Amino acid sequence: MPVTSNDASVRTLASPTVQLLATDGSFAPSESAAEFLPYFERLTEADYRKFYRDMVVVRKFDTEAANLQRQGQLALWVPSHGQEAAQVGSAYATRAQDHVFPSYREHVVGMIRGLDMVDILRMLRGVTLGGWTPEEHGNFHLYTLVLASQTLHATGYAMGMQLDGSTATGNPETDQAVIVYYGDGASSQGDANEALVFAASYQTPQVFFMQNNHWAISVPVSRQSRSPLYLRAGGFGMPGIQVDGNDVLASYAVTAKAMDDARAGHGPSLIEALTYRVGAHTTADDPTKYRDPEELAYWVARDPIVRFRSYLEGLGVEQEFLDSVDEEAADYAADVRRRALDITGPDRAVIFDNVYAEPHPLVVEQKNWLDAYEASFDGSES
Amino acid sequence: MTMPDTQTAAPTRANLPMAKALNAGLRQAMLSDPKVLMMGEDIGPLGGVFRVTEGLHAEFGEKRVLDTPLAESGIIGTAIGLAMRGYRPVCEIQFDGFVFPGFDQITSQLARMRNRHEGGVTMPVVVRIPYGGHIGSIEHHQESPEAYFAHTPGLRVVSPSNPHDAYWMMQEAIASNDPVIFFEPKSRYWPKGEVDFTAAGTPLHASRVVRSGTSVTVVGHGAMVSVLLQAAELAAAEGISLEVIDLRSISPIDYAPILDSVAKTGHLVVAQEAAGFVSVGSEIAATVTERAFYSLEAPVLRVSGFDTPFPPAAVETHFLPSPDRVLEAVDRSLAY
Repeated sequence: MPVTSNDASVRTLASPTVQLLATDGSFAPSESAAEFLPYFERLTEADYRKFYRDMVVVRKFDTEAANLQRQGQLALWVPSHGQEAAQVGSAYATRAQDHVFPSYREHVVGMIRGLDMVDILRMLRGVTLGGWTPEEHGNFHLYTLVLASQTLHATGYAMGMQLDGSTATGNPETDQAVIVYYGDGASSQGDANEALVFAASYQTPQVFFMQNNHWAISVPVSRQSRSPLYLRAGGFGMPGIQVDGNDVLASYAVTAKAMDDARAGHGPSLIEALTYRVGAHTTADDPTKYRDPEELAYWVARDPIVRFRSYLEGLGVEQEFLDSVDEEAADYAADVRRRALDITGPDRAVIFDNVYAEPHPLVVEQKNWLDAYEASFDGSES
Repeated sequence: MTMPDTQTAAPTRANLPMAKALNAGLRQAMLSDPKVLMMGEDIGPLGGVFRVTEGLHAEFGEKRVLDTPLAESGIIGTAIGLAMRGYRPVCEIQFDGFVFPGFDQITSQLARMRNRHEGGVTMPVVVRIPYGGHIGSIEHHQESPEAYFAHTPGLRVVSPSNPHDAYWMMQEAIASNDPVIFFEPKSRYWPKGEVDFTAAGTPLHASRVVRSGTSVTVVGHGAMVSVLLQAAELAAAEGISLEVIDLRSISPIDYAPILDSVAKTGHLVVAQEAAGFVSVGSEIAATVTERAFYSLEAPVLRVSGFDTPFPPAAVETHFLPSPDRVLEAVDRSLAY
């Protein structure tokens, strides 16, 4: 394996990692997958088709968004290429009543929760600092750009669910839980560790979904941790499990169990999804400067979409469906491009209007001043 | 407004130390709104290291008074999540110098959450910080970091100087839909003062003339107000009449009483325990110079802590602005 030999997370890939699909797409559950098989068995072929469709659509969306950035239409783009299975599988494990706290690369999680992914582009086009109202978009909270800050917000939110009795009542249709996304880089932040402490202490209904994509911009996971990251959970007093994050079925099953446990009052848990950031960190990055092409090739050969497509083909899913998904993805991307170009900037009032809930004299005065200043140029050209 | 205790016929006035007045204010807020929570280190059965939350755990239980793990970023960060969920958390930071592990969550998250959501969420979070010197303590226990927070858009910053204001300002801060950094002058926790439980008298963000005078206007907040009042007594003996203004609110600053006073006196001295460079006093000096230039008969002068770390307690009296240091500045102002 071309990955650095001290990469503990990868070194342990063989044994405890939960996997349902082998790299070639054959159904070959690992021994560690036994307890998750009932969750896998909840799925129907219709679910498989949704999983596949969403992975393909977001891959295409991702490419289109990167193109928009290259053409000067976005300030920045954050690719999710390679991480589709971890994201789609975990997102489908949530229920409508749950709350989702993303980092900033979980585009398809937002889509599955009901977000129009063009809203994500609005932030990256520089017309808003947020982009959507979480309550109106599947409780999918705003992206957080300071790494790991959202882990604490998620834990506090989950504490609130406990305080107002919205969880662990025994009714799976209404009991709520929180899932928070972060990564191997963010796992080194103090906030991620404080969130695990608080979550364990208060036994919050919460899943920490850590995508280990092996790179924090240019720094490999081996610099973040000398031991597999999921093992940290034990030190905090909660279950930790490693899943093959390029296996959408395993990602679903493991997360579904963890979320069920959280809603039922069994407390928090940590999932480390092993995956790979095939693209750059952002469009401002150049991974050829620090990454071994052999390592990239190793992971490209484990592409989550290719693997799942092989599985579907093995099930006898018709070629027409697979082709129609490609067409749908192309149409989706074209539509996103059109609508992205139509995004307009806000009025300058946005500078001032929501800084405070109640008027702050300094901000009011400055808004009035700017209005008067800008008005002073009106009709003054001649 | 309601009485401090709706169950029994409580007195309408009481002579209380500020720590007890704050406690009564917190209790009243918890009685008024079941969404109000207390969070912090040692605030439960112990009642906080200054006993400001004493009795609240016993009265309201562990679901409303949360003894948290020892992690300030964790306290603020989870309070943000609770506020998103509709709660009104009141976070205690144990000492001024311990707020910095939570600084990122306060400045990058708490202060901006409403703005990032374009008004879609409110952050009714109060962060209580016992602050300032005069208590002879060790490093990180005597600091005045209020300028960092006043410099941060999205926050409100207040500091009471007396028990009556403490009682009312605490309740008003908790009722605010914006995050409020509430600086409690810990050297004033113990002196008693009269609290009128029937009316606040002054809005949360208003400054107030606490002693009228004609020669020089002196402005300060928190513990500095009592230093200014002592200086005014000493000055009066020398025939100099100081007008003392209690700032009360640091963000926003209510300039009207200051400008009115300067129009009368023509002299302004601003006093603070914090280091003077890029401080609240600097801001007031600049603003009053802009707005009242023709009223001023002398430059606005600042009396501050020095631009050094807070020193060992053995020499703190040399560091902290004293009534004499204030009068030295008053004399310099009048000499123009």
